[in-house]
Amino acid sequence: MAMMNLVEALNLALDECLRERPEALIMGEDVGVDGGVFRVTKGLIEKYGAKRVVDTPLAEAGIIGTAIGMAAAGLRPVAEIQFSGFTYQAFHQIEQNMARLRNRTRGRLSVPMVMRAPYGGGIRAVEHHSESREAYWVHTPGLKVVIPSSPRAGRALLRTAILEDDPVIFYEPKAIYRAFKEDVPEAPETWPVGRARTLRDGDAITIVAWGAMTRPALDAAGELADVHDVHAEVLDLQWLKPMDTEALVASVRRTGRVVIVHEAPKTCGVGAEVAARIVEYALDHLEAPIRRVAGHDIVFPFFQVERFYLPDAARITRAVLETLQY
Amino acid sequence: MPRKTFDIGLVVEELSILDESGRADAALDPKLPEATLLKMHRFMLLTRKLDERMIMMQRQGQMGTFAPGRGQEAVQIGSILPLRSEDWYSPSYRSFGAQLWRGWTIDQLLLLWAGYFEGFGLPEGVNDMPMSIVIGSHVPVAVGLGMSINYRGGDQVVLVNFGDGASSEGDVSEALNFAAVYKAPVIFLCENNGYAISVPFQKQCGVRSLAQRGIGFGMPSLRVDGNDVLAMAAATQEAVDRARRHEGPTFIEAVTFRMEMHTTADDPKVYRSDEEVRRWEKKDPIMRFETYLKSRGLLNDAGIDRVAAEIEEELRVARDRFAARAVQRPEEVFDFHYAVMPEELAAQKREYLADLQQALAEGK
Ligand SMILES: Cc1ncc(C[n+]2csc(CCOP(=O)(O)OP(=O)(O)O)c2C)c(N)n1
Ligand SMILES: [Mg+2]
Repeated sequence: MAMMNLVEALNLALDECLRERPEALIMGEDVGVDGGVFRVTKGLIEKYGAKRVVDTPLAEAGIIGTAIGMAAAGLRPVAEIQFSGFTYQAFHQIEQNMARLRNRTRGRLSVPMVMRAPYGGGIRAVEHHSESREAYWVHTPGLKVVIPSSPRAGRALLRTAILEDDPVIFYEPKAIYRAFKEDVPEAPETWPVGRARTLRDGDAITIVAWGAMTRPALDAAGELADVHDVHAEVLDLQWLKPMDTEALVASVRRTGRVVIVHEAPKTCGVGAEVAARIVEYALDHLEAPIRRVAGHDIVFPFFQVERFYLPDAARITRAVLETLQY
Repeated sequence: MPRKTFDIGLVVEELSILDESGRADAALDPKLPEATLLKMHRFMLLTRKLDERMIMMQRQGQMGTFAPGRGQEAVQIGSILPLRSEDWYSPSYRSFGAQLWRGWTIDQLLLLWAGYFEGFGLPEGVNDMPMSIVIGSHVPVAVGLGMSINYRGGDQVVLVNFGDGASSEGDVSEALNFAAVYKAPVIFLCENNGYAISVPFQKQCGVRSLAQRGIGFGMPSLRVDGNDVLAMAAATQEAVDRARRHEGPTFIEAVTFRMEMHTTADDPKVYRSDEEVRRWEKKDPIMRFETYLKSRGLLNDAGIDRVAAEIEEELRVARDRFAARAVQRPEEVFDFHYAVMPEELAAQKREYLADLQQALAEGK
């Protein structure tokens, strides 16, 4: 066991995969000599060389497009897009090739690659560096989408994603890159694809969150227990596609109430899909309307006021109390 | 001296070997074996006749919309000739000739363009990519294939085929740049057939030759007479050899002309004159090559008739095979999305199959 933050845990997962898998490689802008602008790939080029840790030209469609070709030829590229706000420069490659090559070739070729990108607000960044657009990828058939919420999860889920034979979008909650440390086990872990995890048990209400939003969700749950004697279950969805419908339904069966938290804009955010599934499969167990504590349908506010946009423990707590009073 | 010419070490060269009357420049003639020349002729003719057959079938409602390639047969067959089966070939949607050469069966191509999923199956024994519908999007992927060859070592190469219109897509520029930076063993075959649907080359870009694009990214580039199959073969062979020697990518602009409509859904009369088309008829690549073969005593009119008759028979047989294979399989649409189908998708499939049964029972 070793205590580490999310950046260190992701670095460890990459290191382990490169060591074990000669077909695994890293590519992206500044991932080599610089070690990535967030240092997630730090030290790897020294260990594995420029052939396996590839500094690319500044062109996102080129990065994803060539990674797709390498994956189709049997390699396992882990392509970094420096910020998720620049994945749009590669949108067409993701939608048209990454997600579809298996289908287009009737299974002859596959695209076992990962696109990593830091996403989300809270780091006082310039424009286009704070969005949460995970819903785009959830909408695309052929992709898998996962977001870790802690160092241990980051290390396990990144390894899981790299070893998958399907293309995986791996979004990294940059707000918590260095926010806290966690014990990470000695041996590498893989976690099942499509599984949520319970971060805190409770029977009064289910709070569904993922990525950085699990932190305010946990803070709210703590306050609810300490101040209001309300015991909220916090479910970390982790995999947005495929989604753990079973875990959602099981939790709602126990609690009967749900608050969904995400920082992405509310309309057609992944929370809408979570709510729809709960209504489809657990309506009878619902005792109150489902509440969403989400970002608003606005351009991500510039950083002096971003804290008013991002869901926080206070907003979540209020939503929980109102749902309980329904 | 404050101002002087900066030598980039690259120039655009132009290559043609057969003149319009089919006479070869003896010094440049690649001197291909006779059997190869006859095979090339046969495949050029097959490509043309398949085109004609498919247009007929399309008009009879047996084929979906597709892009005919009459007039571009020399680009296809000349460029594919130097490729080995283990090399990668990434076609456009108008690459029937090269695909046939690579071993795509005729019935497979018919299935594909008639809208059957089965048509997407790639032929065995060669490293071929599926055709590209999204203009230019396959080009970065092809460069990735080239980068994988460098990663592993080996002397495979990648040939990627795209159009003059595609050259305007950002994807193509990004791909050229990546290939140049990593010295990927890629041959960029830009088939300049004069038009991107209705937009003529002059409105597509500000360069006089698309070969300038390759030069601009730092790779050797050549402008080739695309209606001259010998020039296409020689130019591509040179590029393939360079790539196999690990000396990096080459850009080839093949100058040709799209004699037919863009696709069967297009009416070229709206945007170009018959006179322009007639001018190119004189440069017909098959006619030119036949004159050459005749002058070398390799083929005569009777021989051409015999090949044509054999092709007709081949097409008839293939059409029967196509008809036998053209079976709707709506239950297959959920296949091949993931290595293992996630449960949430399996649930949707169960629902779909129930609806499907209902729809079939109702005679839909
Ligand atoms: C990204 C994209 N934009 C538009 C289209 C529609 N479209 C199909 S073919 C075509 C023209 C392509 O011209 P060119 O690259 O010269 O190839 P050609 O058809 O002449 O072989 C267009 C605009 C498309 N398929 N993909
Ligand atoms: Mg064109």
